[in-house]
Parts: sequence; C-alpha cells; structure tokens
Amino acid sequence: MGAAEAILLTVVTAAVPLLLAAIGELVVERSGVLNLGVEGMMIMGAAGGFAAATLSGSPYIGIFGGLAAGIVMAALFAFVTLFLVANQVASGLALSLLGLGLSGIIGEPFVGTPGTKLPALAVPVLSDIPLVGKVLFAQDILVYAAAAITFGVWWFLYRTRGGLIVRAVGDNHGSAHALGYPVIRVRLLAILFGGACAGLAGAYLSLAYTPLWIENMTAGRGWIALALVVFASWLPARVVVGALLFGAVSILQFHAQAMGLGIPSQFLSSLPYLVTILVLVLISSNRSVLRVNTPASLGRPFVPDR
Amino acid sequence: MRIELVRRAEHSRLMVWASPLLAVAITLVIAVGIFAAMGADPLEALYIFFVEPLTAGWSLQELVVKAIPITLIAIGLSLCYMSNTWNIGAEGQFTAGAILGSLFPIVFPGWTGPLVLPAMLLFGILGGMLYAAIPALLKIRFGANEILTSLMLVYVAQLLLDWIVRGPWRNPDGYGFPESRVFDASAQMPLLVDGGRMHIGLVFVFVAVLVVWFTMGRTLTGFQIRVLGQAPRAGAFAGFSQNRMVLFTFLVSGGLAGLAGIMEVAGPIGQLRPSISPGYGFTAIIVAFLGRLHPVGILIAGFVLALTYLGGEAAQVALGMSDKVMRVFQGLLLFLVLACDTLIYYRVRLVRPVADPLGGAVHGRG
Repeated sequence: MGAAEAILLTVVTAAVPLLLAAIGELVVERSGVLNLGVEGMMIMGAAGGFAAATLSGSPYIGIFGGLAAGIVMAALFAFVTLFLVANQVASGLALSLLGLGLSGIIGEPFVGTPGTKLPALAVPVLSDIPLVGKVLFAQDILVYAAAAITFGVWWFLYRTRGGLIVRAVGDNHGSAHALGYPVIRVRLLAILFGGACAGLAGAYLSLAYTPLWIENMTAGRGWIALALVVFASWLPARVVVGALLFGAVSILQFHAQAMGLGIPSQFLSSLPYLVTILVLVLISSNRSVLRVNTPASLGRPFVPDR
Repeated sequence: MRIELVRRAEHSRLMVWASPLLAVAITLVIAVGIFAAMGADPLEALYIFFVEPLTAGWSLQELVVKAIPITLIAIGLSLCYMSNTWNIGAEGQFTAGAILGSLFPIVFPGWTGPLVLPAMLLFGILGGMLYAAIPALLKIRFGANEILTSLMLVYVAQLLLDWIVRGPWRNPDGYGFPESRVFDASAQMPLLVDGGRMHIGLVFVFVAVLVVWFTMGRTLTGFQIRVLGQAPRAGAFAGFSQNRMVLFTFLVSGGLAGLAGIMEVAGPIGQLRPSISPGYGFTAIIVAFLGRLHPVGILIAGFVLALTYLGGEAAQVALGMSDKVMRVFQGLLLFLVLACDTLIYYRVRLVRPVADPLGGAVHGRG
C-alpha cells in the first residue's frame, strides 16, 4: 500500500463518523429543530455499541447497540422539546452533559477490554483498482452505510414528497400545520433519525476507528458535526466535502508528528477545533448563501393552536 | 384520551418557585432507581450522597469551595442566557483566566507581597474577558454561531494549558511532573477560617450576586438585557444594540469565569496543573438554569450542584460507586428543570375524545 493510499484511507475513516453525525443532524435541522445534543448521542452510541459488541461477541450486534442508544437519547430530547416545548438550545446541552455521564457508567466495566473490530468487506474486482480501490471498496459495513444514508437523505429531501414536507415544516411550521401536515410527528421522526445517525457515528468510533472504549472518546466530534451542517449550508452534498476536509485536518496531526516537525502535539491537536472556528467564520460572513438554505423555523418551538 | 398542553393566560407564580423544587425531587426519585440498579442500598446511598456531606465542618467548607466557582460562573452566564446569547464556553474562559492570572507567581516568583494577589485576580478576569471576546467579536463581525465557537475554544484552552504546564511553565524543581511551581503564600487566596480550604472567593460570589441583582432590577442595562432576550425586535425599535449586548454579556460572563479560574488555582489547587476543573464551566450552565437565571436562585442552586460534587466523591469512597453517577445526576437535573419549566407557562390537561354529531371523533375544546 502506497503512502498516498494510506493517507486517503485515514482521511476517509476519520471523515465517516463526522459524515454520519452531520447528515443526521442536517435532517433534524431541515425539519426546524436544533439538537445540540449530537455529542451526547454520539458518545452514547460509542458506549452502547461497544458494550453490545463485547457482550454478544459480534460487532454487528454492536452496531444495533449504538443505533439503539442514539435513538433512546434522541427520544428524550424529542419528548422535552416537542411535547414540553422546552428551550431547544438548553435541552441539547442537557443531552450532551447527560450522554457524557451516562456513557461513562455504561463503559466503565469495559475500560481496557480489547474490542472487536468490524471486518472489512472487500468488493471483488473493484477493490483491486489502484489508489482508490481499497479506500472505496474494501471498507467495513458502516462506511458503506454512511455513503448509502447520505445518498438516501439527498434523494429523500429533494426527490420525494416526504422530503418536501420535512423542508416545509422546517421553513414555516405555521403554514405546514395549516396545510394539515403533522408538524410534531415530522419533527419527532427527524429527531429520531438524527439520533440513529449519531448513534451509528459513535458505534463507528468504538467498533472501527479505535476498537476500544475510551471515556470521552468522541472528543468534540459531535460539536464539529454541528458546525459541518452550517458549513454545508444544509446541503447534503456539501456535508460530504466538509466531512472529508475535517477528516483530513484531524489526521494531519498524526502525519505532522510522524514527520517530526517539532511542533508541540497540543497545537496540532487543537487544529480541528481552530479550523472549525475558521470555517464557521468564512461561511457565516457569506450571508447570502446562508439566507437561501437556512431553515427559517430553525430552533423555534411549535405549539399547535387548537 | 390524551394529554395536551394549554397555554396559561398568565404565567404561574407558584410554578416559578415550584418547578426547580419539583425537578430536584424527581431527580432524587430517579437517583433511588439508579442506586438500586447499581446494587447499592438506595436509602444508604442517598444519605451518603446528599446528607452526609452536610454533617461535618470540613465538608461544609468543601461545599463552599465547590460552590464558589460554579456560582460565580453561573451568575455571568445568566446575563448571557437572559439576553438570548449562548456562551457555553465558560470552561475555556475559566482556563484562560487561570493561565493569565498565574503569570506572576510562575514567571516572576521573586515578586511577593500584598499586591501580587490583586494583580493575579485582575489578570485572571482579563484573561477570561479576552478569551470570551473572541466568540463575541466573531459573532458580531461575521455572524459566526457563538455556541459552536465558544465551545471549540474550550478544547483549545485545555490543550494550551496542557502544553504550558508540560512545557514552558513546568516546575524546574518538580522532578519532571507536569505541574507548575507551587504558588508563593502571598499569591494564594487567604482562607476565611483557619483549617480547611474555604477562601475569600465566597465574598466575591456575594458581591457578584448583589451587583447582578441590582443591575437586573434597577438599571437600564438590566432592562435592555431582558428586552433583547424576550423581544429582540422591540429592543431594536427602542434603539438597543443587539451587538453591544452580545459583547457586554460575553465580557461579563468571561470575566467572572476567568476570576473563578484564577481563584481555583490560587486557592484549593495552589499551582497550575494539566487539569484544573472537574467541568465547572459546564456545571455552571445547569446552575444558571436551576436558579431560574435569578442571582439569588443561582446562589442556592450553586450549593445544590456543589453538593452533587461532594456526594459523588463520598459515594466513590464509601460505596465504590463510579464518580460518573454525579455527571448523570447533573445532566438529568438540567433536563428536568427545563421540562418542569413548561408548567410555568402551560397547564397539562387530559382530553377525552368526544363524539362529533357530524360523524367521526374530534377532540374536545375549551
């Protein structure tokens, strides 16, 4: 395997958890809900996934564990923000704090336990293509799932009636309600989908990226995924570009260290966070792009008048 | 039959007081469940977690030591949240204040005397303010989301602290441990009573409570904060500047977080270390909401959350229970506070489906 291929491979694996979490949050925000609890759902997915995989002995069961953990957390958020009309920003923060604590308890018995890595599933013939073959066609099932989910989200949002309803609910929940669309139910499903994706992203971390349970192993990736959605100006295709870009930045530190540039490792570790800020600044200063795509009802609670 | 929320004509004055209490009560009920699930005797665990820390003099002092930073930070954050500005990076501002304030005792250890501590506190406040100014200015100038930028800066501040105590500021006589030199006695917070760790930071907390209480209730600034928070358009028509308010609330909350940071390293810790806070900056968010964003409420809530820290430590020692249980309680508490706040503005009502004379079932009105 050549150096270029190795670098491409690490970029893609670093991008996958960001892509999964961000594409889920994109759907949530398109429905008009801001769920800041991605970090909490993701770390629960990592803990739940690792626990399920270790107890059952199968990393595939682990995927379901992560999925379930993410959905349960999202359901909690949905109950508080949709049914009880609580402040979405504060509830999202609560979800993140709760997830970090709860995942610590779930993961505690598994500290130091060797994990089971998801096996790579090579597509015959295609995986022999030089340079990109291994990167694209010899990955584990979650990488393929991430690609399929991303395409599915794009197709759903822009090519189906359901996607149109989701976007209508996110842009003007009052009108959508008046037209007879079930605003609350649409948002509930969107939130649960976001939780499922964040759970998968977490499971990818503890089952494939570093097949171990480490406390706080998400290390802010949930927050970076939130920034990615803004970066992508709520467009699925741009989420892919953003995830790859951030994946590249986050693995830069390992390569820079390997080259021995003498830069303190802490500065390289802070790069993904600094790049996130930089990217937010660049994209936010271009307000015309954001105005077109930002869901107009984002973060505004909806109480049906009866 | 289904449950429905009905908006109250006027918000419930009873619930303003009762909802945080209700949230604490539900948290305790869930706590019993968690204790039982972890195989501990629930009543014994409850006692060790929430009562025992209040029974000894030294642990009461520790309660104050924990309450000082979280209350001080929460007071500042309440101004932000009231004006609908979301500073969630207090943990980073806390760290920045601790680093800048430690400049004197670490870089100029020869300078001792009565002026050292005031200079440190001043630089601590400055450090927090400067660090908080970054997300505020990025929001004002470029419209960058302050939630995300302030949170990203937490990670950056922690990495900066890690680098500085392992690198340039490492104790030259410290056998290579990643710690700064221990602060001179004149660079440490004076204790309120001999024996124990309770320091004069408590005075700063009371001053902050009084100042914010006066500002919110009696001054134009306080009025502007509330108007811009509840009705931004009305505030704009009244000529109140949203941008100036963002900067103002970020600077105040950053300054208080920075003060809390330097008081922590000049107080209970006594030196810089790679980790100086068990998440005080995030716990303060919970304190602010549990205290209903009111300075007196925050003072009370600060002690409640400080108790969870102490209880967590006690349960770890006495029951061998994970210290993460405390984090779960804190997260749950915030959730429940937000959920119970619904009762202030809404009534919960059971609705029976009634038969519609025109056919089909509709839901009852009125």
